[in-house]
Amino acid sequence: MEIAISIITGLMIVGALYAIHARDLLSAVIACGIVGYGLVICFLLLKAPDLAIVQIVVDTITLIIMVAVVLDSSREEPFSKPDAQGYISIATSILLIVVLFYFFKIATESLDAFGSGSLRMAGPYIEGATEKTGSANLVTGVVFDFRGYDTLGEATVLVTAVLGVLTILRIKGKK
Amino acid sequence: MKGMTIIVKKTTQLIAGMVFLYGIYVIIHGHLTPGGGFAGGVILAGSFILLILSFGSDFIRLTKEEAGSTLYENLAILVVIVLAVSGLLFGTRIFFLNWLPKGTVGELVSAGILPLYNIFVGIEVAASILTIFLALVIFKEESSQ
Repeated sequence: MEIAISIITGLMIVGALYAIHARDLLSAVIACGIVGYGLVICFLLLKAPDLAIVQIVVDTITLIIMVAVVLDSSREEPFSKPDAQGYISIATSILLIVVLFYFFKIATESLDAFGSGSLRMAGPYIEGATEKTGSANLVTGVVFDFRGYDTLGEATVLVTAVLGVLTILRIKGKK
Repeated sequence: MKGMTIIVKKTTQLIAGMVFLYGIYVIIHGHLTPGGGFAGGVILAGSFILLILSFGSDFIRLTKEEAGSTLYENLAILVVIVLAVSGLLFGTRIFFLNWLPKGTVGELVSAGILPLYNIFVGIEVAASILTIFLALVIFKEESSQ
């Protein structure tokens, strides 16, 4: 399973790189879709159907909206050759990547193997959740009962996003 | 935004209702099967977006629709907060307390207050995403005039 996840993650990286470098904006948007749907397959392989459903639906809706926006615009991305400042930025980012990988490697050595030991808080959740919440789906029990504050925060973030969109995208005032 | 051809319109008429029903199924069975408020809400919004994309923007009165979806969104998040506060009034007085009777695990009406949270979060998510989409469409219509 780790090999399959590695292959899909590699595909996702290729898709993301292509999305950056594509000249046509429509193919860049489609390449972004590779990243999202690859993540769906990863979630399914890791036995997380709840996350997979949310990811596939949200990714499809986002892709539809982005395709509708791109088809309406010029589709061509302006491209310019990097100057001196651009080369300095590239060198800085490569240095940052090397430093981040170094510390990432140090950090992963002190962790448990991928997917083996559960976290300290997850044990009590898994053991008594069905009796405590009465919910057959453990994820809903955790999301709406044990971690209710988190869910309230997410819902509030959506409301705030809608308020922001309605405030910015208003040409004529409301009577 | 103009509508699409008659083939797309007929197919959308057949499919949109089923997509809507599937969203309701995912929301109501959120405490039994994978899914829940967020996933089901986005599916509900998807059925409306399908209709608007295929029939064009003159078919539905967009500004009226947007006013309605904003109202539903704000009411749903208000109900979620009221449900959360209702835990402070009953039992051991904790925010987000599951104070309704739990029932037997695995039945449709069980898990106390969790299905209510699922339903109202589902309405809230559906209305939010539909409002964002409608705001983008209305912005384009108004700027092209």
